[in-house]
Amino acid sequence: MEQTKNTQATLPLTFQQRIAATLAAALLGTFLVYGVGLANSDTMHNAAHDGRHAFAFPCH
Amino acid sequence: MIGRILLAAVAAGLIAGAFVSGAQMLKVVPLIYAAEAYEAPAATETQSHSHDAAPAETGHNHDAAAWAPEDGVERITYTTLTNIVLGAGFALLIAAGMTLRGRATDWRQGLIWGASGFLAFSLLPALGLPPELPGMAAADLTGRQVWWAMTVAASAGGLALIAFGSNWALRFLGAALLIIPHIVGAPHPNEFSAGGVPAELAAQFVATSLVTAGVFWLLLGALTGHFIGRGLQSE
Repeated sequence: MEQTKNTQATLPLTFQQRIAATLAAALLGTFLVYGVGLANSDTMHNAAHDGRHAFAFPCH
Repeated sequence: MIGRILLAAVAAGLIAGAFVSGAQMLKVVPLIYAAEAYEAPAATETQSHSHDAAPAETGHNHDAAAWAPEDGVERITYTTLTNIVLGAGFALLIAAGMTLRGRATDWRQGLIWGASGFLAFSLLPALGLPPELPGMAAADLTGRQVWWAMTVAASAGGLALIAFGSNWALRFLGAALLIIPHIVGAPHPNEFSAGGVPAELAAQFVATSLVTAGVFWLLLGALTGHFIGRGLQSE
Protein backbone atom coordinates (compact mmCIF):
# COMPACT_ATOMS: atom_id res chain seq x y z
CA MET A 1 0.00 0.00 0.00
CA GLU A 2 2.73 2.40 0.88
CA GLN A 3 4.36 1.85 -2.46
CA THR A 4 1.36 3.12 -4.43
CA LYS A 5 1.30 6.38 -2.49
CA ASN A 6 4.86 7.16 -3.43
CA THR A 7 5.06 8.84 -6.84
CA GLN A 8 8.57 7.50 -7.33
CA ALA A 9 7.47 3.97 -6.48
CA THR A 10 9.10 1.27 -8.52
CA LEU A 11 6.74 -1.10 -10.25
CA PRO A 12 5.98 -4.31 -8.37
CA LEU A 13 8.10 -6.47 -10.67
CA THR A 14 11.25 -8.49 -10.34
CA PHE A 15 14.20 -7.55 -12.50
CA GLN A 16 13.75 -10.62 -14.72
CA GLN A 17 10.05 -9.92 -15.21
CA ARG A 18 10.84 -6.37 -16.18
CA ILE A 19 13.47 -7.39 -18.73
CA ALA A 20 11.19 -10.09 -20.18
CA ALA A 21 8.27 -7.65 -20.53
CA THR A 22 10.55 -5.01 -22.04
CA LEU A 23 11.96 -7.43 -24.63
CA ALA A 24 8.52 -8.80 -25.53
CA ALA A 25 7.06 -5.31 -26.02
CA ALA A 26 10.12 -4.05 -27.92
CA LEU A 27 10.23 -7.06 -30.27
CA LEU A 28 6.52 -7.00 -31.05
CA GLY A 29 6.56 -3.23 -31.47
CA THR A 30 9.53 -3.38 -33.84
CA PHE A 31 7.85 -6.17 -35.80
CA LEU A 32 4.64 -4.12 -36.24
CA VAL A 33 6.43 -0.89 -37.15
CA TYR A 34 8.73 -2.71 -39.58
CA GLY A 35 5.82 -4.53 -41.23
CA VAL A 36 3.71 -1.42 -41.67
CA GLY A 37 6.46 1.08 -42.37
CA LEU A 38 9.38 -0.62 -44.07
CA ALA A 39 8.51 -4.14 -45.33
CA ASN A 40 9.52 -4.38 -48.95
CA SER A 41 6.52 -6.19 -50.39
CA ASP A 42 4.25 -4.64 -53.02
CA THR A 43 1.09 -5.76 -51.24
CA MET A 44 2.23 -4.45 -47.85
CA HIS A 45 3.41 -1.24 -49.46
CA ASN A 46 0.20 -0.61 -51.35
CA ALA A 47 -2.03 -1.32 -48.35
CA ALA A 48 0.00 0.96 -46.07
CA HIS A 49 0.87 3.50 -48.78
CA ASP A 50 -0.87 6.64 -47.51
CA GLY A 51 0.07 5.91 -43.91
CA ARG A 52 3.73 5.47 -44.84
CA HIS A 53 3.77 8.81 -46.64
CA ALA A 54 1.88 10.57 -43.84
CA PHE A 55 4.40 9.31 -41.24
CA ALA A 56 7.39 10.14 -43.45
CA PHE A 57 8.70 6.59 -43.77
CA PRO A 58 11.06 6.35 -46.74
CA CYS A 59 8.71 5.22 -49.51
CA HIS A 60 9.01 4.49 -53.26
CA MET B 1 2.02 -8.63 -16.85
CA ILE B 2 3.03 -8.82 -20.49
CA GLY B 3 -0.66 -9.16 -21.31
CA ARG B 4 -1.42 -5.88 -19.59
CA ILE B 5 1.29 -4.07 -21.51
CA LEU B 6 -0.03 -5.50 -24.78
CA LEU B 7 -3.58 -4.50 -23.91
CA ALA B 8 -2.51 -0.97 -22.94
CA ALA B 9 -0.54 -0.59 -26.19
CA VAL B 10 -3.35 -1.90 -28.39
CA ALA B 11 -5.88 0.38 -26.67
CA ALA B 12 -3.60 3.42 -27.02
CA GLY B 13 -2.83 2.52 -30.65
CA LEU B 14 -6.51 2.07 -31.46
CA ILE B 15 -7.54 5.44 -30.05
CA ALA B 16 -4.57 7.45 -31.33
CA GLY B 17 -4.64 5.64 -34.70
CA ALA B 18 -8.34 6.32 -35.18
CA PHE B 19 -7.86 9.96 -34.18
CA VAL B 20 -4.92 10.54 -36.51
CA SER B 21 -6.79 8.87 -39.37
CA GLY B 22 -9.46 11.55 -39.12
CA ALA B 23 -6.83 14.29 -39.04
CA GLN B 24 -5.01 12.76 -42.02
CA MET B 25 -8.20 12.50 -44.07
CA LEU B 26 -8.78 16.21 -43.54
CA LYS B 27 -5.25 17.57 -43.98
CA VAL B 28 -2.71 15.05 -45.30
CA VAL B 29 -4.33 12.50 -47.63
CA PRO B 30 -5.81 15.12 -50.00
CA LEU B 31 -2.23 16.30 -50.65
CA ILE B 32 -1.15 12.70 -51.44
CA TYR B 33 -4.04 12.32 -53.90
CA ALA B 34 -3.18 15.66 -55.50
CA ALA B 35 0.48 14.62 -55.87
CA GLU B 36 -0.49 11.33 -57.51
CA ALA B 37 -1.99 13.26 -60.39
CA TYR B 38 1.55 14.44 -61.17
CA GLU B 39 3.17 11.09 -60.42
CA ALA B 40 1.76 8.73 -63.05
CA PRO B 41 -1.02 10.13 -65.23
CA ALA B 42 -1.12 6.91 -67.27
CA ALA B 43 -1.56 4.65 -64.28
CA THR B 44 -4.43 6.57 -62.70
CA GLU B 45 -6.56 6.46 -65.85
CA THR B 46 -6.98 2.71 -65.98
CA GLN B 47 -5.96 0.33 -63.26
CA SER B 48 -6.71 -2.81 -65.28
CA HIS B 49 -4.92 -1.79 -68.46
CA SER B 50 -1.35 -1.69 -67.18
CA HIS B 51 1.72 -0.98 -69.22
CA ASP B 52 5.18 -0.30 -67.89
CA ALA B 53 5.66 3.20 -69.24
CA ALA B 54 5.58 5.29 -66.07
CA PRO B 55 8.15 3.68 -63.74
CA ALA B 56 11.32 4.66 -65.58
CA GLU B 57 10.46 8.36 -65.54
CA THR B 58 9.33 8.78 -61.96
CA GLY B 59 11.49 6.22 -60.22
CA HIS B 60 8.24 4.80 -58.85
CA ASN B 61 9.03 1.21 -59.71
CA HIS B 62 6.15 -0.83 -58.38
CA ASP B 63 4.63 -3.63 -60.36
CA ALA B 64 1.46 -2.07 -61.74
CA ALA B 65 -0.27 -5.44 -61.56
CA ALA B 66 0.24 -5.81 -57.79
CA TRP B 67 -2.83 -5.57 -55.60
CA ALA B 68 -3.70 -2.15 -54.24
CA PRO B 69 -6.81 -1.01 -52.38
CA GLU B 70 -9.48 0.64 -54.53
CA ASP B 71 -9.70 4.41 -54.14
CA GLY B 72 -12.48 5.45 -51.81
CA VAL B 73 -13.74 3.50 -48.81
CA GLU B 74 -11.33 0.58 -49.26
CA ARG B 75 -8.25 2.78 -49.42
CA ILE B 76 -9.40 4.85 -46.43
CA THR B 77 -10.05 1.64 -44.48
CA TYR B 78 -6.55 0.35 -45.16
CA THR B 79 -5.00 3.67 -44.21
CA THR B 80 -6.95 3.64 -40.94
CA LEU B 81 -5.84 0.06 -40.25
CA THR B 82 -2.27 1.08 -41.03
CA ASN B 83 -2.47 3.91 -38.51
CA ILE B 84 -3.94 1.68 -35.81
CA VAL B 85 -1.30 -1.06 -36.26
CA LEU B 86 1.42 1.59 -36.41
CA GLY B 87 -0.05 3.18 -33.28
CA ALA B 88 0.02 -0.16 -31.46
CA GLY B 89 3.61 -0.76 -32.61
CA PHE B 90 4.81 2.68 -31.46
CA ALA B 91 2.84 2.32 -28.19
CA LEU B 92 4.60 -1.03 -27.56
CA LEU B 93 7.96 0.67 -28.03
CA ILE B 94 6.94 3.41 -25.58
CA ALA B 95 5.67 0.72 -23.18
CA ALA B 96 8.98 -1.14 -23.50
CA GLY B 97 10.82 2.03 -22.52
CA MET B 98 8.49 2.68 -19.58
CA THR B 99 8.80 -0.92 -18.36
CA LEU B 100 12.58 -0.86 -18.62
CA ARG B 101 12.58 2.42 -16.70
CA GLY B 102 10.47 0.66 -14.08
CA ARG B 103 8.64 3.61 -12.54
CA ALA B 104 4.92 4.18 -12.21
CA THR B 105 3.65 6.39 -15.03
CA ASP B 106 0.69 8.60 -15.81
CA TRP B 107 -0.48 10.62 -18.79
CA ARG B 108 1.88 13.52 -18.02
CA GLN B 109 4.90 11.21 -18.04
CA GLY B 110 3.43 9.69 -21.19
CA LEU B 111 3.40 13.09 -22.90
CA ILE B 112 7.19 13.30 -22.49
CA TRP B 113 7.62 9.77 -23.85
CA GLY B 114 5.35 10.66 -26.78
CA ALA B 115 7.29 13.85 -27.49
CA SER B 116 10.52 11.85 -27.45
CA GLY B 117 9.00 9.30 -29.83
CA PHE B 118 8.06 12.14 -32.17
CA LEU B 119 11.63 13.47 -32.03
CA ALA B 120 13.19 10.05 -32.65
CA PHE B 121 10.80 8.70 -35.28
CA SER B 122 9.57 11.81 -37.11
CA LEU B 123 11.28 15.12 -36.50
CA LEU B 124 14.98 14.21 -36.36
CA PRO B 125 14.85 11.80 -39.36
CA ALA B 126 12.96 14.54 -41.25
CA LEU B 127 16.09 16.69 -41.04
CA GLY B 128 17.73 14.27 -43.49
CA LEU B 129 14.70 12.83 -45.26
CA PRO B 130 11.82 15.33 -45.25
CA PRO B 131 8.33 13.78 -45.56
CA GLU B 132 7.89 12.91 -49.22
CA LEU B 133 4.92 12.98 -51.52
CA PRO B 134 4.51 10.29 -54.20
CA GLY B 135 6.42 11.23 -57.33
CA MET B 136 9.16 13.31 -55.72
CA ALA B 137 12.79 12.76 -56.66
CA ALA B 138 14.52 10.48 -54.16
CA ALA B 139 17.60 8.31 -53.81
CA ASP B 140 17.63 4.51 -53.74
CA LEU B 141 14.93 3.19 -51.36
CA THR B 142 17.06 0.69 -49.43
CA GLY B 143 19.72 3.30 -48.69
CA ARG B 144 17.11 5.70 -47.35
CA GLN B 145 15.45 2.99 -45.26
CA VAL B 146 18.79 2.01 -43.73
CA TRP B 147 19.64 5.65 -42.94
CA TRP B 148 16.15 6.16 -41.49
CA ALA B 149 16.35 3.08 -39.24
CA MET B 150 19.87 3.95 -38.06
CA THR B 151 18.81 7.55 -37.34
CA VAL B 152 15.74 6.42 -35.38
CA ALA B 153 17.86 4.02 -33.31
CA ALA B 154 20.62 6.58 -32.70
CA SER B 155 18.10 9.32 -31.82
CA ALA B 156 16.13 7.10 -29.42
CA GLY B 157 19.35 5.91 -27.78
CA GLY B 158 20.69 9.46 -27.62
CA LEU B 159 17.53 10.84 -26.00
CA ALA B 160 17.53 7.98 -23.48
CA LEU B 161 21.18 8.69 -22.56
CA ILE B 162 20.43 12.40 -22.11
CA ALA B 163 17.31 11.73 -20.02
CA PHE B 164 18.56 8.81 -17.92
CA GLY B 165 22.35 9.05 -18.11
CA SER B 166 23.90 9.13 -14.64
CA ASN B 167 26.76 11.46 -15.53
CA TRP B 168 27.71 14.16 -18.02
CA ALA B 169 29.89 11.88 -20.15
CA LEU B 170 26.84 9.73 -20.92
CA ARG B 171 24.72 12.80 -21.65
CA PHE B 172 27.33 14.18 -24.06
CA LEU B 173 27.50 10.77 -25.72
CA GLY B 174 23.69 10.98 -26.09
CA ALA B 175 23.96 14.40 -27.71
CA ALA B 176 26.61 13.05 -30.09
CA LEU B 177 24.29 10.19 -31.06
CA LEU B 178 21.60 12.74 -31.97
CA ILE B 179 24.00 14.67 -34.21
CA ILE B 180 26.08 11.96 -35.92
CA PRO B 181 23.41 10.75 -38.41
CA HIS B 182 23.14 14.30 -39.75
CA ILE B 183 26.89 14.66 -40.14
CA VAL B 184 26.93 11.35 -42.05
CA GLY B 185 23.95 12.64 -44.04
CA ALA B 186 20.99 10.94 -45.65
CA PRO B 187 21.20 9.58 -49.21
CA HIS B 188 19.90 12.15 -51.66
CA PRO B 189 19.31 12.12 -55.41
CA ASN B 190 22.05 13.78 -57.44
CA GLU B 191 19.62 15.64 -59.62
CA PHE B 192 16.03 16.78 -59.33
CA SER B 193 13.54 15.91 -62.00
CA ALA B 194 11.79 18.89 -63.57
CA GLY B 195 8.02 18.97 -63.80
CA GLY B 196 7.34 16.80 -60.76
CA VAL B 197 5.20 17.62 -57.76
CA PRO B 198 4.72 21.41 -57.33
CA ALA B 199 6.87 22.91 -54.57
CA GLU B 200 3.83 24.48 -52.85
CA LEU B 201 2.22 21.05 -52.50
CA ALA B 202 5.43 19.50 -51.18
CA ALA B 203 5.97 22.29 -48.63
CA GLN B 204 2.40 22.03 -47.39
CA PHE B 205 2.80 18.27 -47.08
CA VAL B 206 5.95 18.54 -44.97
CA ALA B 207 4.26 20.93 -42.54
CA THR B 208 0.93 19.13 -42.25
CA SER B 209 2.36 15.60 -41.99
CA LEU B 210 4.82 16.64 -39.26
CA VAL B 211 2.19 18.53 -37.25
CA THR B 212 -0.25 15.62 -37.58
CA ALA B 213 2.42 13.12 -36.54
CA GLY B 214 3.34 15.33 -33.57
CA VAL B 215 -0.24 15.47 -32.28
CA PHE B 216 -0.54 11.71 -32.82
CA TRP B 217 2.65 11.01 -30.81
CA LEU B 218 1.61 13.25 -27.91
CA LEU B 219 -1.81 11.58 -27.75
CA LEU B 220 -0.28 8.10 -28.07
CA GLY B 221 2.27 8.77 -25.33
CA ALA B 222 -0.32 10.23 -22.94
CA LEU B 223 -2.69 7.29 -23.51
CA THR B 224 0.07 4.71 -23.11
CA GLY B 225 1.27 6.35 -19.89
CA HIS B 226 -2.27 6.47 -18.55
CA PHE B 227 -3.11 2.83 -19.39
CA ILE B 228 0.24 1.40 -18.26
CA GLY B 229 0.25 3.38 -15.02
CA ARG B 230 -3.21 2.23 -13.99
CA GLY B 231 -2.69 -1.33 -15.13
CA LEU B 232 0.43 -1.76 -13.05
CA GLN B 233 -0.87 -0.01 -9.94
CA SER B 234 -3.97 -2.17 -9.69
CA GLU B 235 -1.90 -5.34 -9.53
